[in-house]
Amino acid sequence: MKALTPHSRSPLKTPARKRSRWRVPSVDQVMAEERAAAFTRRSIKTSAKLEGLKLVVSMMDLTTLEGSDTPGKIAFLCRKAMQPLDPRYQVPSCAAVCVYPNLVRIAKKFLEHSSVKVASVATAFPAGLMPTKLKLREVRGAVGDGADEIDMVINRARFLAGEYERVFDEIAATREACGAAYLKVILETGELQTYDNVRLASEIAMRAGADFIKTSTGKISPAATMPVTLVMLEAIRDYFYETGIRIGMKPAGGIRTAKEALAYLVMVKETLGDDWLTPALFRFGASTLLNDVLMQLVKVADGNYQSADYFSLP
Amino acid sequence: MSRRKPNSSQLAIVNRNGGPDGQPIAKRRLDFGKRWSYAPALEANSYIKLRNRYQLFINGRFVSPKSGQYFDSINPATEEKLAEIGSANKGDVDLAVKAARRSYKNVWSKMPGRERGKYLFRIARLIQEKARELAVLETMDGGKTIKESRDIDLPLVAAHFFYYAGWADKLEYAFPGRKARPLGVAGQIIPWNFPLLMAAWKLAPALACGNTCVLKPAETTSITALHLAEIFQEAGLPDGVVNIVTGPGETGSALVNHPDIDKIAFTGSTEVGKRIASITVGTKKKLTLELGGKAANIIFEDAPIDQAVEGIIAGIYFNQGHVCCAGSRLFVQESVFLNVIRKLRDRISTLRVGDPLDKNTDIGAINSRSQLDKICELVDSGLKQGAQLVQSRARLPAKGYWYPPSFFTGVTASHRIAQEEIFGPVLSVMTFRTPEEAIAHANNTPYGLSAGVWTDKGSKIFKIVNQLRAGVVWANTYNKFDPASPFGGYKESGFGREGGRHGLLPYLTLG
Repeated sequence: MKALTPHSRSPLKTPARKRSRWRVPSVDQVMAEERAAAFTRRSIKTSAKLEGLKLVVSMMDLTTLEGSDTPGKIAFLCRKAMQPLDPRYQVPSCAAVCVYPNLVRIAKKFLEHSSVKVASVATAFPAGLMPTKLKLREVRGAVGDGADEIDMVINRARFLAGEYERVFDEIAATREACGAAYLKVILETGELQTYDNVRLASEIAMRAGADFIKTSTGKISPAATMPVTLVMLEAIRDYFYETGIRIGMKPAGGIRTAKEALAYLVMVKETLGDDWLTPALFRFGASTLLNDVLMQLVKVADGNYQSADYFSLP
Repeated sequence: MSRRKPNSSQLAIVNRNGGPDGQPIAKRRLDFGKRWSYAPALEANSYIKLRNRYQLFINGRFVSPKSGQYFDSINPATEEKLAEIGSANKGDVDLAVKAARRSYKNVWSKMPGRERGKYLFRIARLIQEKARELAVLETMDGGKTIKESRDIDLPLVAAHFFYYAGWADKLEYAFPGRKARPLGVAGQIIPWNFPLLMAAWKLAPALACGNTCVLKPAETTSITALHLAEIFQEAGLPDGVVNIVTGPGETGSALVNHPDIDKIAFTGSTEVGKRIASITVGTKKKLTLELGGKAANIIFEDAPIDQAVEGIIAGIYFNQGHVCCAGSRLFVQESVFLNVIRKLRDRISTLRVGDPLDKNTDIGAINSRSQLDKICELVDSGLKQGAQLVQSRARLPAKGYWYPPSFFTGVTASHRIAQEEIFGPVLSVMTFRTPEEAIAHANNTPYGLSAGVWTDKGSKIFKIVNQLRAGVVWANTYNKFDPASPFGGYKESGFGREGGRHGLLPYLTLG
């Protein structure tokens, strides 16, 4: 988990540019969706399944983002993240626990001495409709409380209005406010309408200093889909080709089964290669996914399925 | 970090010399290595019942060849013998044609179209029921991946029978005001690249129109056609409506030369097609030919590049490149050339070459030793003539016939690899500057079966497509097939159309 240590990536010193200056390759919807579907047809069995599922667990950001979250629920989540399954199954701990800023301190208390990071949503999650000044204060507060990672949302209202430079500036400012913390930028692809927009938003986020780009808040549907994730992975690939910088990817929301998670992993492996098969560069934002993965892991190890009652709730 | 110049992202990628990681940018590679390698996921084949000997299928029964001779059918992925196949001589072909003639006269041409349609629907349903078994057989016999035989070949085989079953009782509406009558006995010779699919392309329209058939499968891939014969028996298809004669080229020659054949349909090499044409000329035999190709796949700078790269892959590496409409000449607009090449190079290293029965295999075995030799010979000529070869480093199995996915850059129009059909997983990449140049080069070939165009501009698609002399042109996709869509070539790629309403015409006379 060494690679997980947050590094501070300064935003590119790109001046605000006019709308027409942002140019990204176009995306063909039909072929992109066809390609994404092809990954689901890989057959992952036996040893590859076991290894893949463990990798999935290690990439998981266990998330709870409800108004009704309690310190007790955070405790459940943190304990589960540190040790998802009985030690004899040799399952790694999850990558992070993701909570609202008010609960960062509580999560930090549980996770301080573990490898599990504390991630906090910020910047007026989930809508992002608040003055930038207040958003930055929120970010600084969460980092001050001990958040290792910040999951910000982009201002979709600005983006859809074509004010790309303002979206860029806000991400860049958030990047600065993060200090040493990792920055994940949520595009909320379910609101961006087209794959072309997803591609453009990815480009803006990466250039403005994102460490990760992330599909969704999980608060609106559709959240993460395979084609959307593929388009973002392709944006990451082009950015790597151009700059040599490896940006991480986090699909979030809607991935509920081990089978789907393995298909995402296949997609990462065959789009960006082995370097990205690490929690430092790929995460799943989920909570219900975890127990389905654990169920499969137990099945592979013991040979039989157990009911959900045998797995502690996160 | 230097700033990207507006409107010049592609140039920015290739012109700068180094990035933050110190690597020259043009050389920066993704690592498609061994981390989390997929365990073998073999399609079960233990239940497959291969016979030791396959006989000829004549007049509804399996009969031994008059010659008493058999030849071996080899699994190209293991070089192991699968079975022996009966070798039909002139006498066997004569028996088959006679059986077809009898059933044409007495049964099939008299049967109302709706009844013929019932048989075809029944056959289509039986193919669907046995699809997995047939897919496994197709893979074992021909070397193509189970992924493709399962997801592409077999669904299309059934779809063709379903589609033409629907036409059987509607022929009078297909050509309004004309009286459509069958031709009689059709002799049909099919290639080894899509054995069952080509059989379906030939048999389904011929039967729907009321003809009877003598089918000659390719020598290296006869087994699935004979399993299809079992389905005909099971469907209760009247005896002699379809006859299958297996054997080498001489068997096909006997069929083409038989005096009582009304129609020859051939899919295969241009060389053999030309010989067939010279035999049938001056006879009553109607002829359709579907021959070779050297298709141009044209990528403009405004194309969706990541999807276009997938289209290149689908165009040339589908079925090991054993595809007559393969996009084997790639024309890339020069401003995106280096970007496309880099992506293509990384993409071919993700293609998995190996056991075709493994569900994760992307590139299966080359169909035969002689085809592998032909591919190697043409690749050598490319190297000798100075083109640069880029090849996947995939490890090839020790036994069997294999060729890694490859492409050539630095190719010119006068290279042999730009002119001749390689029929393997080898692509020739060239560049162009203006659309006019692209069209001129795309059309500069004796072939004209298919082409591909990639651009984000709809108007450009229509402008370019109308100037390409090719039977099928795909826009922003490649190698897509549907029974409702006609398929066929210009120039040395043959004549006549298969598929769709057009596909009925070669099997009818219109009064």
